Amino acid sequence: MKTTKKSTITFSPQDVKKIATLAKIPVTSAEEKELAHGFNTTMEVVDKLFNVDVAHVEPTSQVTGLINVFREDEVDATRQFSQEQALANAKQIYNGFFVVPQIIDQP
Amino acid sequence: MKLNTLTLTQAIEKLKKKEFSLSELYSDIQLAIEKQNKELNIYLKVDEDAVKKAHKKENEMLAGVPIAVKDNFLTVGLPTTAASKVLEGFMPPYESTVTKKLQDAGGVVIGKTNMDAWAHGSSTETSDFGPTKNPRNTEYLPGGSSGGSAAAVAADMCIAAIGSETAGSIRQPVAWCGVVGLKPTYGRVSRAGVVAMGSSLDCPGPIGKTVEDCAMLLNVIAGKDPYDATTLPQPILDFTKNFKKGVKGMRVGMCYIDHPQLVGTPVDHAVKEAGNVFERLGASVELVKLSDQIKLNTILTPDYAISLYTIVQRAEVSSNLARYDGIRYGNDRSNFGEEAKRRVMLGTFALSKGYANKYYLRAQQVRSLYIQNFKQLFERYDLLISSPSPGYALPLGASTNDPMFGELQDFLVEPSSLAGLPGISVPCFRDPSTNLYLGLNIMANYWQEEKMLAAAYAFEQSTQWNSWIKK
Repeated sequence: MKTTKKSTITFSPQDVKKIATLAKIPVTSAEEKELAHGFNTTMEVVDKLFNVDVAHVEPTSQVTGLINVFREDEVDATRQFSQEQALANAKQIYNGFFVVPQIIDQP
Repeated sequence: MKLNTLTLTQAIEKLKKKEFSLSELYSDIQLAIEKQNKELNIYLKVDEDAVKKAHKKENEMLAGVPIAVKDNFLTVGLPTTAASKVLEGFMPPYESTVTKKLQDAGGVVIGKTNMDAWAHGSSTETSDFGPTKNPRNTEYLPGGSSGGSAAAVAADMCIAAIGSETAGSIRQPVAWCGVVGLKPTYGRVSRAGVVAMGSSLDCPGPIGKTVEDCAMLLNVIAGKDPYDATTLPQPILDFTKNFKKGVKGMRVGMCYIDHPQLVGTPVDHAVKEAGNVFERLGASVELVKLSDQIKLNTILTPDYAISLYTIVQRAEVSSNLARYDGIRYGNDRSNFGEEAKRRVMLGTFALSKGYANKYYLRAQQVRSLYIQNFKQLFERYDLLISSPSPGYALPLGASTNDPMFGELQDFLVEPSSLAGLPGISVPCFRDPSTNLYLGLNIMANYWQEEKMLAAAYAFEQSTQWNSWIKK
């Protein structure tokens, strides 16, 4: 990704390919081009963030200011799934387990 | 009279007086659905057993009335897709807190409504199951993402509805469909069991035919939930108690009409007219001037909020949608539509090494500036009014291939949504040549939903724009 002096960033199809891998989303090469173009348009708008002076401003992630909301560390039986419920929506199960794609030593 | 055209308040009252039976009410609702759903594409799923469920709730507060629910609320026994093929066929193993509260109070989920897939959009055109049309004029979009719920109310295919808003997803579609919708303070209503979009922003809320209906539904769904740690711990108010108090003595600020994009538009005119209405009702009204920096007694331009919202929302989307792996439930990630791909991937970038501080952290700092600005303004004003949308509903197809459609359509509500503030949109104009509506967005300080309900009710009662209130 190329960045110019201020902040403007431009995405190439290769950059998109890398992000797609990180996000685990399959994209075709035609989509890579299209997405790169869309990202460039979007980032032009995002760049307005750099027109605002944020020196000495703390970031906010929780707007109503609640902190440390805890509960007792107790098992809530009403929130437990039976094995049957837990597996009910799975595409593939085997002996009461989810079947997952191979990720170690993947060919 | 067709019973499906009743408001929530009327339907409950008349059912309790036994003026008609639940079977008669459901028969009119089902007729409206059969007649219109094929063309309007509002319901993704209708519960065939709804009337049976309703009969068991006759004596409860909501008396068994049919409520339409956006398809991002988990409902046991009804498929939940969030209008995405990734979740096609998914049967939730648990119930969302909102729909549980609704059913405990005697409401029945009549069906699940169409939406932008994953709530990503402001048109309902990004649904993987086809767009919804605006019942007021079928050549136009209903808005979104709660477009199906707003349209269900507008088309009298339900008595009231539930939607959810991240930034505009209740208030923009209700404005475009000519109905009423309320976005509560962040944390007023539980997010548990709602398909997550932007966790620091998401708010479920009521969509209804009148302000009173929304107040009643808010009563039902609000409150502390052990399953959502961000819900407000204090006991909630009775929102149906004080909404008739009026606006006498209230200080009202008109916002954003001096934004270059709005000057001279129908929205500019409608907000000024609304200001006149409030003045006649005894409030003091003045323009809050727009500013491109934090300055006392001015409102910070929404232009930066577009940038800020794009980053915060897409970052949170990328994190929330990481769970869809197609293993435990749903289908694999190749099923994501174009808009979801765009948002997840840009969010992944904004949170990646070397860029998180530059974009995400900076966005959260700008977010603090908006909060600071609103805190100052609410020392001077009881209410701030604006338009929820820069204009009327746009024609079908308007959102296609626009990577920023949602963010740009919702720029007028993004600042207050990012601050977590509440707002309600009520119809404030109808163009007789198109039958399309404009909405008025009334915003209040944190936890002050009562004040904005009082203003919205006073406005609704003294104007001609609500199509269910005969004058």
